[in-house]
Amino acid sequence: MTSTTSGSQTGPDREHADRIPAADDTSGPEAEALRDYFRQMTLIRAFELRAAEMYTRAKVGGYCHLNLGEEATCVGLMAALRPTDYLFTTYREHGYALARGAEPGRVMAELFGRTTGLSKGRGGSMHLFDTRLRLLGGYGIVGGQLPPATGAALAISYRTAPGPDSEAVMCLLGDATTNIGAFHEALNLAAVWHLPIVYVIVNNQLGMATPVEAAAGEPDLFKRGCSYRIPGTRVDGGDVLAVRGAARAALEHARGRHRPVLLETVSYRLRGHSVVDPARYRSAEETQRLREKDPLPRFRARLIDDGVLTEEQAARIDAETEQEVIAAVEFADASPPPALEILFDHVYATQTANTPYGLPGDPLPCDQPAPPAPGGR
Amino acid sequence: MAENITYRQALHDTLRAELLRDENVLLIGEEIGAFEGSYKITAGLLDEFGPRRVRDTPICEEGFTGAAIGAAMLGLRPVVEIMTINFSLLAIDQIINHAAKMHAMFGGQVRVPLVIRTPGGGGQQLAATHSQNLEVFYAHIPGLKVVAPSTPADAKGLLATAVRDDDPVIFLENLALYNTRGEVPDDDHTVPIGTAAVTKPGRDLTIVAYSRAAVIALEVAHRLEEEGISAEVVDLRSLRPLDRPTVCASVRRTHRAVVLEDDWLSYGIGAEIAATIQEGAFDYLDAPVRRVAAAEVPLPYAKPLETAALPNAAALTRVIREVLDATGFTPRPTPGRTRLGDP
Repeated sequence: MTSTTSGSQTGPDREHADRIPAADDTSGPEAEALRDYFRQMTLIRAFELRAAEMYTRAKVGGYCHLNLGEEATCVGLMAALRPTDYLFTTYREHGYALARGAEPGRVMAELFGRTTGLSKGRGGSMHLFDTRLRLLGGYGIVGGQLPPATGAALAISYRTAPGPDSEAVMCLLGDATTNIGAFHEALNLAAVWHLPIVYVIVNNQLGMATPVEAAAGEPDLFKRGCSYRIPGTRVDGGDVLAVRGAARAALEHARGRHRPVLLETVSYRLRGHSVVDPARYRSAEETQRLREKDPLPRFRARLIDDGVLTEEQAARIDAETEQEVIAAVEFADASPPPALEILFDHVYATQTANTPYGLPGDPLPCDQPAPPAPGGR
Repeated sequence: MAENITYRQALHDTLRAELLRDENVLLIGEEIGAFEGSYKITAGLLDEFGPRRVRDTPICEEGFTGAAIGAAMLGLRPVVEIMTINFSLLAIDQIINHAAKMHAMFGGQVRVPLVIRTPGGGGQQLAATHSQNLEVFYAHIPGLKVVAPSTPADAKGLLATAVRDDDPVIFLENLALYNTRGEVPDDDHTVPIGTAAVTKPGRDLTIVAYSRAAVIALEVAHRLEEEGISAEVVDLRSLRPLDRPTVCASVRRTHRAVVLEDDWLSYGIGAEIAATIQEGAFDYLDAPVRRVAAAEVPLPYAKPLETAALPNAAALTRVIREVLDATGFTPRPTPGRTRLGDP
């Protein structure tokens, strides 16, 4: 499934050459990459199932949104990014952080609210951030990431010329986000300012319980860039190679010409909106149909059929990723909870006089300047 | 050396100086280029620095304010102009949910060195949607800094500090201040955020104010001096962080306090000041703290109604007299008063 619309004469390449290698090429680098994608998808699956379990055991608080059913999209998109590119994501982002290279233990520790977490326990499930990985945030407000991601692309264009070595920004958003004002303002800015950014609509076909058709005047979401002459492409989000190919082409266009691209991946959310949502709005038949679209067994069978992966290798990957996730939980659980002394760290980056550092019930600091700020520098 | 220039000129000159000083500084806003800004603060800057540094935007406050946040995350130092504070409501998700949160919520891994310049204020017959003083929205939010200079010198000093600060700063201007004049140091003048200034010392009463109201407060205080009433004026300059010690130290000296503010009374800046004084100077107070603020009404267009709704020198003077009368104050042309509790 690949559909395209081009708002200009210079849309991204629509032909994606990525195919499973022939059976006689099962030991080359591409075959190795495919096995690695399978490993990453398996890891994300195991991580998310464990995260749900930890949520029900009250180890994880707040909201917890899972990438179950989205693993091929996570891995395909991240495979297309360079380490020097910037990534902005949504609140459903554990899988993207893992595929970007975050240690599972540090992601789980963030869910557990520990200082060893990716955001030092201050963000939780929805707000994973890692400067080193240029993962510039999960964002809990729907679409909140769109204007800042656009501005990150502005900073790139401010400093560097278009070309194959230019950095680029990838900004993920959900299908329902295409209905908010910030989506349209961001796309328009990227178009008139000629910015190197790829907006990826991760269409899992439901905004909480609202189907795309009920929410979007143009349910072919990849066409919604037309108003801004931003070329759009739709790919099967369950096909890791199709996703990787489409994302590579989009990024190439973005960095080479400093122009925005809109990419839509279509996948299926296997469970509810968040861990606590039983998804009663879906029938038993629909749930059964979703299972058949599960990208993980599909990819596994395909690799085994093509001789890239053996049953034994697959079973070993299952066992190893399961162990990795168990170790991640152990790491998170063994990490100490934050000391209360660090409460006011990072409220401000530049310390200024009279910044209030009072706890509930403390007297107002009316007498002398507040004590030197704890940390935060 | 100092020169006598307008508040507008002080802002313009400082923006220019910061653009010259740091290549990472850029200006972003609606009609700040060829149109030179709705209030002409950016006059000539497009010609001098070009469209890369002085960037006109489509009308999309949420979009361009958020884009400035993202640019700041990557190390640029954008100075955003939002045409008036009323339009900042369109960007409030980006300001409050994003700019104010990122440094803390992402564990200190990213900074947002962003300045949002925007004027508030009524009195120009712009009617209800274009005449508001919404600074309390931002002053309420940890993670933001909010400054509100009343003089050209503080406009220069606080703007330079704000541009060089690594946190998001809301820089509140006022339509009625742009043409006011004052002495401005012509060196690299900075004013620390979070510090108030005693702009006129006095013994009998403290007037606390900021932005346009601080100018009115100073005028009233000088006039009262001729009647033998010695009013001290505290210009807050920063609304977050708030310099509580300077406010409380003043009231401990004068024993009486009146707040003058352009925002609405209920839940306004003055409420915070009054709470600060009752906690930090309760034993020194001779009278309840009074507040002179805007009438709680969407500001009307018709001039007589608009004027009646806005706080002014007459209202401030009347309230000061009420406070003094209630405490048996008699004007004394010479100092020398002593009483129990004086420091």
